[in-house]
Amino acid sequence: MSSDNLPEKTPGERAVATEEPTPDPGLPAHEWRPTDVSPRAERRAERQVAGLFGLAILGSIGFIVSYVVFGVGDNPDTIANLGASNLMLGLCLAVTLLGMGAGMIQWARKLMGDHEIVEMRHTASSSQEDRQAAVAILQTGLEESGLARRPLIRNTLLAAGGVLGVLPIIMLRDLGPLPGDKLDHTLWDLNTWTPEMQAWWQTQNRTVQRVVRDVVGTPIKVTDLVVGDLVNAEPEVMFASDDTTQEALVEGTDLLVAKSKAAVVLHRMLPGDIVSTQTRNCSVYGIVCYSKICTHVGCPISLNERTTHHLLCPCHQSTFDLTDSGRVLFGPAARALPQLELTVDDEGYLAAKGDFTEPVGPSFWERG
Amino acid sequence: MRLLNRPLGRLSRHRRGPLAGLLVVLVGLLLTGGLYAVLSPASAQDDSSAAQIKQGRELFLVGCSFCHGTNGQGVKTLDGNQIGPPLAGVGAAAVDFQVGTGRMPATQPGPQIPQKEPNYTADEIAALAAYVASLGPGPAIPNPSDYSLDGLSAEQRQEAIVRGGQIFLTNCTACHNFEGSGGGMPKGGYAPRIRGVSPKYIFEAMLTGPQAMDNFSNGNLSVKEKRDIIAYLQSLEDSPEYGGFGMGGIGPVSEGMFAWVVGIGSLVGVAIWIAAKTARSSKQKAES
Repeated sequence: MSSDNLPEKTPGERAVATEEPTPDPGLPAHEWRPTDVSPRAERRAERQVAGLFGLAILGSIGFIVSYVVFGVGDNPDTIANLGASNLMLGLCLAVTLLGMGAGMIQWARKLMGDHEIVEMRHTASSSQEDRQAAVAILQTGLEESGLARRPLIRNTLLAAGGVLGVLPIIMLRDLGPLPGDKLDHTLWDLNTWTPEMQAWWQTQNRTVQRVVRDVVGTPIKVTDLVVGDLVNAEPEVMFASDDTTQEALVEGTDLLVAKSKAAVVLHRMLPGDIVSTQTRNCSVYGIVCYSKICTHVGCPISLNERTTHHLLCPCHQSTFDLTDSGRVLFGPAARALPQLELTVDDEGYLAAKGDFTEPVGPSFWERG
Repeated sequence: MRLLNRPLGRLSRHRRGPLAGLLVVLVGLLLTGGLYAVLSPASAQDDSSAAQIKQGRELFLVGCSFCHGTNGQGVKTLDGNQIGPPLAGVGAAAVDFQVGTGRMPATQPGPQIPQKEPNYTADEIAALAAYVASLGPGPAIPNPSDYSLDGLSAEQRQEAIVRGGQIFLTNCTACHNFEGSGGGMPKGGYAPRIRGVSPKYIFEAMLTGPQAMDNFSNGNLSVKEKRDIIAYLQSLEDSPEYGGFGMGGIGPVSEGMFAWVVGIGSLVGVAIWIAAKTARSSKQKAES
């Protein structure tokens, strides 16, 4: 009977209900599912659930077969230009999991017990007696421990907890030594080089470090560049190697760290396009050189528009004016893009006069 | 001197021979003509090229001069905006790229001139290119051998692809996306998708820097480095999408959209199905 699940109404509640203008119609009678009243529907639902579970088994078998059949690695099998192994493993696993999930839901909805359960609302707070009992327990604890009467114990306990809190702060030391002034200098500064780099520089017999193309490391002549050219460049020491051991002077993590600070972009424009005197003084023949590291959060930036000479950061759209000291035109960057002073060495190659005059990249705590 | 004297002496015995005068004149003429051909400044174009330039100028006057001026000098509006830039010095490569990809002649001015079906035949484009190239020295149309990988061993090819990939990721990715799918630029511009573009046009685009794109002249990225970039882009065409559907290859935007709309959308759908009211029967359950 459908009313079996309803709670008994107390006489008081019934009295309240009669005062309402419209009498409470109560809950409608329970309607049974087809599977409850028709044995045929029940058997069909049973077959559906078993079929879905069977599909899940087939999916698992397909997974094993796909794992064995399809090749991976350098020359993978493909289906419609997609990696066959990944595609089939994923599809088979999806069939298995969906089959099991759908089967269980179908089972619960069609065959498991069909009860309607009503739970009446009640207030969220505990009863008055429970609350008084809880307060009494706390009071007893306070009195018996004597927290209020023995301040020495209380204060030493608090101090012990405080010292415990210091321990995680001590462990922050594992994050490594403080950076010191490393953020202030890049590989453009010859004074910060390692002894091996200094030894290599002695053999080069030159005074200024060349600006070389990224990836290939070739030096750049002024005449190589036409107006509108953009070159992604690095300091030449990054591509130098030891004469005897043939090992690169900067490699691994050191290379990545060095690159993340020293990378630059060269852009040649008509000298008349340059607006600020500072930019003109740092340029040669209309070629300007700026840090490639955005002053916002340090993304590498090289989206340049030759028509406007605006350099744009792809991460947060900070835009810098290359004609005007790297001034911020738009976006969240707070500082102008640092410019590197260019010169031409004895053999006609572009070179840097020295390091940037300020730290490159995003602002940091000690920078002020 | 004595060593030299002997052969000269032998030669000088024939100096009064009947054919000597004729021979000297002949040698003198050949030498003069040959030296002139080698040393003289590049001679005027031959007739066929002059005719091509003439044809190019006629086409130019009809199709291009409205914006670029009747002599390719560029046209400015009264308030100083450029309608069409001056064309002296852009070279044949720029014309071949702009007209060959249908960007020029432009339908209308705007932040970016889109690619469309080319309006001119190959011969007409060649004539236009010859005419514009005659306005001033500029990059010529690259030779197919500049960007072709023919004649390279499989190993050299692989090397070119790897190096090209590094150069591409350093120089091109910022605007054109890590797999060449293109991306947005400020004020309505965009870096177009460069997958499936013919190698010649990729080479010319780097060479001439169309629209707002920077130049990557042969002094900036050498011919070989450009070839490697093209090799890398072509290798992307051949390599399967091993990780599944690329969804345009534009990174987190399309992938996030797919996850939110299709992924979470279907989860919501399933949740609604689970909680939906099932079919009900009007029959009563037989009392057992």
